[in-house]
Amino acid sequence: MEQSTFIQQVASEKNNAVTKSAALQEPRFVRYTLTFIALAFLAFFIVLPLVSIFSTAFQKGVGVYVAAITHPDAMAAIKLTLTVVAIAVPLNAIFGVMAAWALTKFNFKGKNLLLTIVDLPFAVSPVIAGLVFILLFGSQGLFGDWLFEHDIKIVFALPGIVLATVFVTLPFVARELIPLMQTQGTSEEEASISLGANGFKTFWYVTLPNIKWGLLYGLVLCNARAIGEFGAVSVVSGHIRGMTNTMPLHIEILYNEYQFAAAFAVASLMSVIAIITLIVKDIVAWKSKSA
Amino acid sequence: MSSLTVNKKTRRIIPGFHLSLGYTMLYVSLLVLLPLSMIFIHTMSLSWAEFIDIVTAPRAVASYKVSFSTALAAGLLNVIFGTIIAWVLVRYSFPFKRIIDGLVDLPFALPTAVAGIALTSLYAPNGWIGQFFNFKIAFTPLGIIIALTFIGLPFVVRTVQPVLQNISAEVEEASASLGATRLQTFRKVIFPELAPAILTGFSLAFARALGEYGSVVFIAGNMPMKTEITPLIIMTKLEQYDYAGATAIAVVMLVTSFILLFSINLIQWLANRRFVH
Repeated sequence: MEQSTFIQQVASEKNNAVTKSAALQEPRFVRYTLTFIALAFLAFFIVLPLVSIFSTAFQKGVGVYVAAITHPDAMAAIKLTLTVVAIAVPLNAIFGVMAAWALTKFNFKGKNLLLTIVDLPFAVSPVIAGLVFILLFGSQGLFGDWLFEHDIKIVFALPGIVLATVFVTLPFVARELIPLMQTQGTSEEEASISLGANGFKTFWYVTLPNIKWGLLYGLVLCNARAIGEFGAVSVVSGHIRGMTNTMPLHIEILYNEYQFAAAFAVASLMSVIAIITLIVKDIVAWKSKSA
Repeated sequence: MSSLTVNKKTRRIIPGFHLSLGYTMLYVSLLVLLPLSMIFIHTMSLSWAEFIDIVTAPRAVASYKVSFSTALAAGLLNVIFGTIIAWVLVRYSFPFKRIIDGLVDLPFALPTAVAGIALTSLYAPNGWIGQFFNFKIAFTPLGIIIALTFIGLPFVVRTVQPVLQNISAEVEEASASLGATRLQTFRKVIFPELAPAILTGFSLAFARALGEYGSVVFIAGNMPMKTEITPLIIMTKLEQYDYAGATAIAVVMLVTSFILLFSINLIQWLANRRFVH
């Protein structure tokens, strides 16, 4: 359901240069009013929140800012978040490529159903995404007794956080690759196979160069969501300080303890990642257009 | 969501069918279908009467009303302002347009908890924006609407923008040369083209808003019966180890979102059919 798909962005840039004549344009005051409304709305909803994050983060000085970020709990949260991302994003990237390959290179019954299932996590509330893993692996859950007997911890530990993150970010890479590989068709792969290359070589030398920007675009979106996921992770984390708190959960704790400067310091770090995400996204969209 | 077709003859030339399909099926079965089915299996432990009792409890019903009305209001705000923003970004030129265009995606990239605390501090009674109003915004349903509008904005802009870009100038020229005013051209030519995209964008933003948790919990104030959203009811029940109760509410939410997802697909299917004929 992520609508800013790669294809749309590429296709959309083409028609940008619409030639204007007097009969085709709104009166000047209408143009100015609409532009003013749009910019004012974005200023209040996008720019001001962003500015306020950095301003609040530094309001008690650079010392407090550095102390907040280098606090052991904050460092542990950063480390945990990076660990979760390092596991969840590659898993969903491999899945995305596999799913796109199956769904775009072959015909089979139930294809549209499978496509809908891949999309399903986008339609589920993050809180429910966390809840389902409690129902599977929690103490009262389906595998609860078995896990307890074997002394394996899944919920309120790293595996649970990873599972919830994988669930929430599952469709991102697949959703970017499926429309892209659909428009590219199968002729290049067929040529490669008929010239004697094996399946892996065909994928590596023929398919991958064609989809690399789409793949990167999906990875960037998947990564951003994995870093920032809050609801699902909050349910399965158990909020153990320095142990199972990811960065967003650490921000919540600091905020609820009225340590606003510290909360916004960690938030500013995440905002920088968000801004880098937007820049990389823009570059990738631009690269894929010129490629 | 669209139907995919590949020429039947090509089916077995390309290798990896069993591997890729098998892997995909296994992955979604273990990580999507099995977990989600737990919601329905777990609800079976409740009798029908118990289930109805939980999902129609006054506090739950109040939360549906809060979630539904705020998501609807935010969706409508996004339809109006999202369409204007898409229009301005496609049709007009102004300084820093490319950066501003990129910033529209910020709600997709910014963690919801970060958005939540930033919006709360802005719209709190002593905040940068809140101080100019003599009524409370944060910690009321208005605050929830603001958070949900933030979250939903890119959905409408990014569905309307490409459609607007693909409307060919000739159609508008034809309309103008036949004597239509600019407003008539917009109402009778441009708007009908945009309508399915606006509706899709609205549904996506609305569906996302119904399930949203991170950005809302900070700004909502979370007062039972007044500003408590449905996902928070699930969270509260979980913290009290009331798994059956949490699951029952989750069923209501899941069924609602599936109906929404189905409607979105139906809208897109109907819109595509209209253009084919």
